[in-house]
Amino acid sequence: MSQALLVLEDGSAFRGRSFGALGEAFGEAVFNTAMCGYQEVLTDPSYLRQVVVMTAPHQGNYGVNGEDGESDRVQVAGFVVREASRRASSWRATGTLQEYLAEAGVVGLEGVDTRAVTLRLRTRGTMRAGLSTVDLDPGSLLERVRAQPGMAGADLAAVASCSQPYEAREVVGAARPVDGRRFRVAAYDFGIKRNILRLLARNGCEATVVPAWTPPREVLEGDFDGVFLSNGPGDPAATTYGVEAARGLLGKLPLFGICLGHQLLGLALGARTYKLRFGHRGTNQPVRDAESGRVEVTSHNHGFAVDPRSFGAGGGVGDPGPGELAGIRPGPGAPPEEPPVVETEFGRVVLTHWNLNDGTLEGLRCLDVPAFSVQYHPEASPGPHDARHLFARFRRLMEANR
Amino acid sequence: MPRRTDLESVLVVGSGPIVIGQACEFDYSGTQACKVLRREGFRVVLVNSNPATIMTDPEFADATYVEPLTPESVLRVLERERPDALLPTLGGQTALNVSVALAEAGELDRLGVRLIGAGTEAIRRAEDRRLFVRTMREAGLPLPRSGFAHTVAEALAVAQGLGYPVIVRPSFVLGGGGSGLARDPEELARVARDGLATSPVGEVLVEESVAGWKEFELEVMRDGRDNAVVVCSIENVDPMGVHTGDSVTVAPALTLTDREYQEMRDAALACIRAVGVETGGSNVQFAVNPQDGRMVLIEMNPRVSRSSALASKATGFPIAKIAAMLAVGYTLDEIPNDITGETLAAFEPALDYVAVKVPRWPFEKFPDADPSLTTRMKSVGEVMAIGRTFAEALGKAYRALERDFDLGPPEPWVEGTGEGGAGAGGPGDLLAALRTPTEGRLLLVERALAAGHTVEGVAEVSGIDPWFVEQVARVAQQAARLRGARLESLTAEDLREAKRAGLSDRRIARLVGATEREVRAARRRLGVRPVFKTVDTCAGEFAARTPYHYSTYEEESEVRPGGRPRVVILGAGPNRIGQGIEFDYACVHAAFALKEAGFETVMVNSNPETVSTDYDTSDRLYFEPVTVEDVLAVCEAEGPVGVVVQLGGQTPLAMAAELEAEGVAVLGTRPADLDAAEDRERFGRLLRELGLAAAPHGVAASLPEARAVGARVGYPLLVRPSYVLGGRAMEIVYTEEELERFLASAAGASPGRPVFLDRFLEGAVEVDVDALADGREVFVGAVMEHIEEAGVHSGDSSCVIPPPTLADDLLDAVEGIVVRLARALRVRGLLNVQLAVRDDLPYVLEANPRASRTVPFVAKATGVPLAKAAARVMAGATLAELREEGLLPPEPVYRRLRHVAVKAAVLPFGRFPGVDTVLGPEMRSTGEVMGIAHDLGVALAKAQEAAGTALPEVGTVFVSVANRDKRQVVLPVRRLAELGFRVLATRGTAAVLRRAGVAVQVVPKVSEGHPNVTDLIATGQVDVVINTPFGREPRTDGYFIRTAAARAGVPCITTVPGLLAAVQGIEARRAGFPPPAPLQEYYRAAGELAGTGPGWPARGAEYDAGAVRP
Ligand SMILES: Nc1ncnc2c1ncn2[C@@H]1O[C@H](COP(=O)(O)OP(=O)(O)O)[C@@H](O)[C@H]1O
Ligand SMILES: Nc1ncnc2c1ncn2[C@@H]1O[C@H](COP(=O)(O)OP(=O)(O)O)[C@@H](O)[C@H]1O
Ligand SMILES: [Mg+2]
Ligand SMILES: [Mg+2]
Repeated sequence: MSQALLVLEDGSAFRGRSFGALGEAFGEAVFNTAMCGYQEVLTDPSYLRQVVVMTAPHQGNYGVNGEDGESDRVQVAGFVVREASRRASSWRATGTLQEYLAEAGVVGLEGVDTRAVTLRLRTRGTMRAGLSTVDLDPGSLLERVRAQPGMAGADLAAVASCSQPYEAREVVGAARPVDGRRFRVAAYDFGIKRNILRLLARNGCEATVVPAWTPPREVLEGDFDGVFLSNGPGDPAATTYGVEAARGLLGKLPLFGICLGHQLLGLALGARTYKLRFGHRGTNQPVRDAESGRVEVTSHNHGFAVDPRSFGAGGGVGDPGPGELAGIRPGPGAPPEEPPVVETEFGRVVLTHWNLNDGTLEGLRCLDVPAFSVQYHPEASPGPHDARHLFARFRRLMEANR
Repeated sequence: MPRRTDLESVLVVGSGPIVIGQACEFDYSGTQACKVLRREGFRVVLVNSNPATIMTDPEFADATYVEPLTPESVLRVLERERPDALLPTLGGQTALNVSVALAEAGELDRLGVRLIGAGTEAIRRAEDRRLFVRTMREAGLPLPRSGFAHTVAEALAVAQGLGYPVIVRPSFVLGGGGSGLARDPEELARVARDGLATSPVGEVLVEESVAGWKEFELEVMRDGRDNAVVVCSIENVDPMGVHTGDSVTVAPALTLTDREYQEMRDAALACIRAVGVETGGSNVQFAVNPQDGRMVLIEMNPRVSRSSALASKATGFPIAKIAAMLAVGYTLDEIPNDITGETLAAFEPALDYVAVKVPRWPFEKFPDADPSLTTRMKSVGEVMAIGRTFAEALGKAYRALERDFDLGPPEPWVEGTGEGGAGAGGPGDLLAALRTPTEGRLLLVERALAAGHTVEGVAEVSGIDPWFVEQVARVAQQAARLRGARLESLTAEDLREAKRAGLSDRRIARLVGATEREVRAARRRLGVRPVFKTVDTCAGEFAARTPYHYSTYEEESEVRPGGRPRVVILGAGPNRIGQGIEFDYACVHAAFALKEAGFETVMVNSNPETVSTDYDTSDRLYFEPVTVEDVLAVCEAEGPVGVVVQLGGQTPLAMAAELEAEGVAVLGTRPADLDAAEDRERFGRLLRELGLAAAPHGVAASLPEARAVGARVGYPLLVRPSYVLGGRAMEIVYTEEELERFLASAAGASPGRPVFLDRFLEGAVEVDVDALADGREVFVGAVMEHIEEAGVHSGDSSCVIPPPTLADDLLDAVEGIVVRLARALRVRGLLNVQLAVRDDLPYVLEANPRASRTVPFVAKATGVPLAKAAARVMAGATLAELREEGLLPPEPVYRRLRHVAVKAAVLPFGRFPGVDTVLGPEMRSTGEVMGIAHDLGVALAKAQEAAGTALPEVGTVFVSVANRDKRQVVLPVRRLAELGFRVLATRGTAAVLRRAGVAVQVVPKVSEGHPNVTDLIATGQVDVVINTPFGREPRTDGYFIRTAAARAGVPCITTVPGLLAAVQGIEARRAGFPPPAPLQEYYRAAGELAGTGPGWPARGAEYDAGAVRP
């Protein structure tokens, strides 16, 4: 088994064994705390150009299968684990994790102190990283890591997006009518996960997946009942075409955004986004819906967030200083009991969802136009199903708007 | 939702004695609940009959009732206290059953007491298997196919429809009692009969067997706003068919895809909602078919459970504490996560390590018991170990278990050692042996793999998931790599890989033919040392405030330097017979006392059920095996001023010398002096030097020598081998023939393995003394008088404070002996001395320079915090200083108490059908209770009631006693007849009783054909059995009588003093109990009497404040 080396931007180096493909990979190092669901993580397009470190030590235990992929290929740049199982133990398994990565040409590293890596990322923030089975000299690898571009300002949704529109039914089957009704949805693909399409279909939505750069005009001409803005990789502020789409569609068709889609909606409403120090990636994040008071345990994968204090006049949360941006931390319990309402160009917006761990804004709902979004992943996959009902909410929104 | 304002006082119900299926996890949960409820400003009233618990320390509740956990008894407490609410979900099945009984009898309504946490409806829906099935069906949740039966015929009919095999599960029973697998109608008839008899409502569920499927548990919490989280998933390595309590388990679940896991999570949440547990923790169990993923729900417990304790320790999420807060109105998003300090309890812990639990069974004490693992739980304790990988954690768990499993499978395989199970001889037999799960099955797996069997083949026969088998295969590979190598030739990488696979230093030593010390030295030389990581609930996402650590062979260590001088306290490891919760109690007290005295306390322990392994008991917690290897690593990381070895029982005591040799300072009594007491030969010499009386004794290294000793000291003899194969350590032999037979059968006697022979002192009164010494002065905590005569192990006999029949001058003499021993052994800390008093002369049986099993009982009975004082003495305080501080009273108080406290033992015979129930010098009880009252009769009666051995007040008594006892049973049996009992007896006993004017009916002995006494017992026609043993012959009439009684659950008295106490108890009960009083009240009265005012016992109150985080 050959050696492999992980080097972080700050110079720390971790030596382990290679598993998966041989070669090199560069990207932003992030950690994910989910205890199962590695296949979904590997294939989630939001992880594009990221080197994902799994905090749970055993990965690959149940192998991989033909059903659990969130897209049709492995998306991560590199995969770092404490121990990769050589045996796939599951009646659904069709192969091992190792084979899967090797076939996808993705470099894997095992046997390193992943907790040490994680603590470094937590304390110093996400960093550029390089993973190599070729160059085992930390100094030279570090030099090349430092030459890589960072995630801030990166426009990656266009890379993750489909290039041609297609019907979701081709991938996940026909939509199941709810109360005898079906809706036509244009789903912007900034890196959409398959389970989103599945849940749209299960909620009566016939989705047409459209490329990230599709002009709003085309959608408006397309006889759709609603628009979905998907998750995806990269810096939302650099995804200008996405913001344009959201601005062009707001108030015209019901909108539902998830993750990057939520950030784009926020930007369209006049807010700013910022980069979190190390992001939220895992399946255990508590989010409170301040409107209902209920807490949901949710699946997360984001490195950027919408700044609640940056909405236009009447936001009432004040202007963020640059240092404060990353550090918004009203503290546990501090997320407002009553959801704040802010004024925007598109009317009033309720800041509905809040992360209970660190007070990050996690969702919003427009009062004067039909639109809402969440920062987290109600489609889960991997993760708890607590927030699946949001797809029904989208359906009801379209129903009311018909 | 903030705290409820409609409640002021809450009654917390504990779980009573430690029994199989219900251990000290409920002390942990109840203690947490009491602490948090008091902090929230409630008046906390506690009922629990178990004196060895932390929760019954007077500081943890406003009123502490050490009273039986029967509905009648708890009702008496309710009548007196009139609390606003009753919290039934933190005291296991016992608390739940008592609470439901009171609710259903209308008593709670009558007294205006509300059930909080779970209401009766919810409890019924979960506990009544019939309602449960209906509720789950309505909620659309999948269950195995099943039907109900109230008779054997009905059971057969149900099974007919389901097809065999089937599982029988009684309603309202814990630990799988009365359950079983039946493969055919004949087996079903037997299992169903058992199950019907066990169920308090005479109902069993007959269910499609899913034995061999994968078993999982989810720990769920729900709050009053319907927020719900899954705290932890637990996967059983052993498949369905082995009780979860007897399974090796791992957290988190390791072989489920996210899809399957989320489906299970959804079902668990739907289950808790359907059952309607309003707030708190529940445990939901699932089975998954490994062939196709079909998932069924097995059961749910609407309360915190053994698994919740495990889940709490495995994740750092304090389930019981949070359950208590939810019960009084808080929601999950209002409760801070103590570990991070900045996040909330509304989340699901993420683990970046693996926690493995391995049970500890008592088979060494019950060599006649069936060693197979089934749906009925048999283990008495467990260890948990944390590692970064499964193999590492399993290896650590094996070390912690103290069963030598960490040495790997025996090399070469030895038949009949208990590890292999039947027929584990040749390689061909290995697979066959794996079909029947037994204690050492994972070793057998390793052995089979090493013998060349495939992972698939082993997985197939054992029902263990191939993934786990593969992990064991990796351990086997590591072992194979080292086997026969030379230690000096091993590289750092070799050793590191072996350690990462969980191999103990001892095993490496054995594989390379070196000593453990040499391996340790080699590791250190090559820089192969463990680092310490932190259990932080969040896989590193947030910084942890609580230093809760585990060791692992990785790169980066997270131990922060400490400020104050540190003391390491070594815990007792897994609960087992002879070393249980009592020792944890002492360790926890040490942590409290030393913290208060300004030290930083560092706890090392591996038992997840305990208070000591709670992250806020000590300043730092190392969840580690209590072995030399692991303790030294902790000491290296912490650099303590010293280590406390004398509070955790024999486990830490036994390593004192080795620790000292490695340069670790042992606090308190010095290792050399500990050895002088532990080594029977040296101790014998010491007694001689001091001129103290001891039973005549000798050592023999061969049979002829043994005969010679026997001839010299005289029979009967108490024989104890220094090494035993398969249990049966101690025996009383009455003749030379018996001696020969015993030595031939089990013990052997050889130069390397001598036998110790003591003259057995017949008819002697046994006393136990717990004392404290500071090197100069001695404080006697109490002299306890045993009810059973010497010969019944002190752990199994009942005992009384103050001594009811011993004269003051005798007590003076006993105290004098203790003082002299304490001086001679230079005791600094605790000393326990056991003596047998015959003809007014005390003989010393043994001295243990450590905390004893009775320390908590003495503390509860007298109000003197002996263990705390001991810890302070070890850390340098003198008794005079402690008196000054008020921690100790001016002088011993035990003789002058106004109340009487009785300790009684609880025995697990019901779990081991066919095991003789005679009490002997080998301890077999799992737990204990205390009865406290103003007079002996009531205290005895309460202790018996609490232990579940109370006699019925009327009924039929069967008497059959040995000749030497006949005279003494006449009076008590006549008294029973006067009280209205019908008396049956075997011929000889009947003749004697008749002569004394007792009306007796003669019943045939077993050897006299049918129907005989065992038939009467089996058919419920006998309510009490009195049978004293005659000789030690196997399969005597007595044996059949006693085992029949155990099987039918009929109380069986096997000693004359036990009978006298029982009769006293019946009389007291007939006269009616006075209203119960809390410990605090007894102590106040005692304090006044001692002339110290209510001062000394009240002092403990400060510890509470110290132990609770604001
Ligand atoms: N239908 C079944 N088929 C096979 N094994 C079963 C079945 N139901 C229960 N068991 C086994 O019996 C054990 C005890 O059953 P359970 O209902 O959990 O009782 P308890 O209340 O004692 O925990 C389980 O842990 C499981 O291994
Ligand atoms: N010489 C003796 N005569 C009578 N009984 C004895 C004698 N020695 C021991 N015993 C009984 O055996 C029990 C166990 O012996 P002990 O030495 O205390 O062993 P352990 O170390 O297991 O506590 C004692 O509690 C006592 O009842
Ligand atoms: Mg169970
Ligand atoms: Mg003893």
